[in-house]
Amino acid sequence: MRRSAILLVSVLLASAVLFVLLRLLPGDPANALVSVGADAEQIEAARRQVGSNLPLLQQFLHFLANIAVFDFGVSFVSGAPVLGEIGGRLMVTLPLTLAAFAGSILIAVPIGILAAVRQRTWYGALISIVSQLGIAVPAFWIGILLVTLFAVNLQLFPSGGFPDDGWTAPAESIQALILPVLTITLVMSASLIRYVRSATEDILSSDYLRTARALGATLSGALVRHGIRNGAVPVISILGIELASTLLGAVVIERVFALPGLGSMLLLGIEQRDYPNVQGVLVVSTLLVLIVGFLADVLQRLVDPRLRERVTGGAS
Amino acid sequence: MRRSHSPLTSPTRGVTVSVVRLVALMTASLTSAQAADADPNASVSIGSLYEPQNLDNTAGAGQGINEAFNGNVYEALFRLSDSGAVEPVLAKDYKVSEDGLTYTFTLQPGVKFHSGEPLTARDVKYSIERVTAPDSKSSRKNSLKGIASIETPDDATVVIKLSARSISLPYNLSYVWIVNDAAKDLKSSEDGTGPYKLGDWRRGSSLSLARFDGYWGSKPANGGVTFRYFTDATALNNALLTGAVDIITSVQSPDSLKQFQTNKSFTVAEGQSTTKLLLAYNDRVAPFDNVKVRKALARAIDKKKLLNAIWGDRGLVIGSFVPPTDPWYVDLTKVDDYNVESAKALLAEAGFKDGFTFTIDTPNYDPHPLVAQFLQTEYAKIGVKVNINIITANEWYSKVYKAHDFQATLQEHVNHRDIVFYGNPDFYWGYNNPKVVDLVKAAEASTTTDEQTARLKEANTLIAEDAASNWLYLYPQIVVSKASVTGYPVNGLNSQFFASGIRKAGK
Repeated sequence: MRRSAILLVSVLLASAVLFVLLRLLPGDPANALVSVGADAEQIEAARRQVGSNLPLLQQFLHFLANIAVFDFGVSFVSGAPVLGEIGGRLMVTLPLTLAAFAGSILIAVPIGILAAVRQRTWYGALISIVSQLGIAVPAFWIGILLVTLFAVNLQLFPSGGFPDDGWTAPAESIQALILPVLTITLVMSASLIRYVRSATEDILSSDYLRTARALGATLSGALVRHGIRNGAVPVISILGIELASTLLGAVVIERVFALPGLGSMLLLGIEQRDYPNVQGVLVVSTLLVLIVGFLADVLQRLVDPRLRERVTGGAS
Repeated sequence: MRRSHSPLTSPTRGVTVSVVRLVALMTASLTSAQAADADPNASVSIGSLYEPQNLDNTAGAGQGINEAFNGNVYEALFRLSDSGAVEPVLAKDYKVSEDGLTYTFTLQPGVKFHSGEPLTARDVKYSIERVTAPDSKSSRKNSLKGIASIETPDDATVVIKLSARSISLPYNLSYVWIVNDAAKDLKSSEDGTGPYKLGDWRRGSSLSLARFDGYWGSKPANGGVTFRYFTDATALNNALLTGAVDIITSVQSPDSLKQFQTNKSFTVAEGQSTTKLLLAYNDRVAPFDNVKVRKALARAIDKKKLLNAIWGDRGLVIGSFVPPTDPWYVDLTKVDDYNVESAKALLAEAGFKDGFTFTIDTPNYDPHPLVAQFLQTEYAKIGVKVNINIITANEWYSKVYKAHDFQATLQEHVNHRDIVFYGNPDFYWGYNNPKVVDLVKAAEASTTTDEQTARLKEANTLIAEDAASNWLYLYPQIVVSKASVTGYPVNGLNSQFFASGIRKAGK
């Protein structure tokens, strides 16, 4: 209960901050509605329509009242309901993010552990170098590279876009997401590998592992039984942050692959000063980020009983 | 990477009077002759960078809606053909009274809206009043200010009374969509009379048009079209390369053309553009209120070199705001031709022997930042220092267009026949020459198009001699398609992309 209250207050606080920040940007949402040739009267009419002629405080109260009942209103520019559009775009962004997330865990965890255990071998060093490269190379570049190779030259996958009918033909939708998912997976696993490796290195030099080995456990046996549980705690917080940042951070990839995702909606909204759209995306994604953080927290407690005890002890 | 989210950040389109174009046009017509095996039910996919913001052109839908809807979903009383002529569409015929103040239009019979309702005079009246309404955001609103009343004596007749002669009325009406007066919510649906009706609109992704079986005119040469929207020019090119789209409506850089030109599976066609890139000064403020300073700044720029740097051998250097496709075009490139010495002399005469410093408000999308740097280098040669201030399209409207709070700005203007902006002293660039104001007014009140053309030619020349702004170049306009696709328009694409004639060979 207490946690959900905190969650709610965080969302409200975040949206209030966002409200102010957005209005600090120069420009006017009414500008997206006019074109060259419009006279002062028409610009004023556009301002009245979007309400940017009202005093800031009045705009804010109006905004708060709507947020309280989870009403995000309609886009200034398109007139379409904000929540509906967010829903449609989540159908692209959520599968994209979650698949990339799962993919990078599958790649990064075993490779990271391997790199730590075999750090003195040639492939240990190679993993280290490649993951460093992966962090340095910008995501859009990997995306363009994959498109050129697999879409333009080999014609194995579409170069971009998402089926018009969403997920009614799942095979097509999945095919459209393969290259973008692969791009994000590669970028995300590059940094994850390094976290997993350093977490594993800590474990390898820990006393309990040495004790376990001394008691006759094999290295892999000791790692599975004792190591993963311990190493998972810091990795889970990193995973939470990575997942949260990918939700909106995928915007660059959305652009390269022409995907109608949440990130591009946000970017377009900011360009047009389409406040309802921007606020809607930000509130929903803040909510998602907080939920991810919450889940990561819960997961850490499940993995490590010590964390559970400490919190209950403190609260009582 | 250019974005189209503001109506201002419009397509890069242009003209070149070169052999290349002629060859391209000839090949296009040759292949269309071969396209006898066209599949009349083929679905054509068009890649574009200009997604509409909503579906209503009086509610700030932006540039993209014209590309998708003009002549396809909605028709007007008239239209501008691909060759630039005003031709009747829903107006079967019209008469003008002796004093030029009363226009009587007879409507095309047998026209149905997509909802099935017949077109009547009341729909026409309703549609024009939608554009002139107090809350209309249409950029055409001002051009229809002279309409005093609209009468509908019977279902097939519309009588428009003007408060002053307006020879451009048919031209201006070609931008007024005729919508069903019973239609609701035109922002996300439609009810027009065009050869296509709206299929499905996926925001951020695509907009499909399906053939309308009840269309009064000739049946489209294809089964339907889908506009697919991209924000990234490379992604757009890749879509054509991989066959995801059949046509792309604008090419953003000469570099990306090579991959299509060297490949026989594609056709590169070049049409006539009306998009001008200019350095607009705030003519109200010093030193830009001084003609000599403006002329000096015009002569200090090697525009051929600039155009070549941005577009290779495409595009066209122009000496005024008027592109060759407007009837009042005059070649004025020699008025302030590139001449650094004379630029320096003019500056000295104006009292700026040691130059001065000014700031260019530069939109943050291509090609503006690059062009600003070029100007900076060129002006340094005559002792003028340029500061570059990068702004977004949205800020541009607040700061430059509305508040006139600027010294100079780079901007592209996309429409044809927009010389009239120089006849409006309140326009953002603040050019005020009473002679030009009178000429522009008198041109509109002309009784014949010859008279109108003569007056606007005179205005055009005066504006150029005043170096009212610095007209840098006309963009090229390039359309690339699969070789199996023909019959698409190539000219004046800022305001339309007629899809009805597009043919696609069957498999």
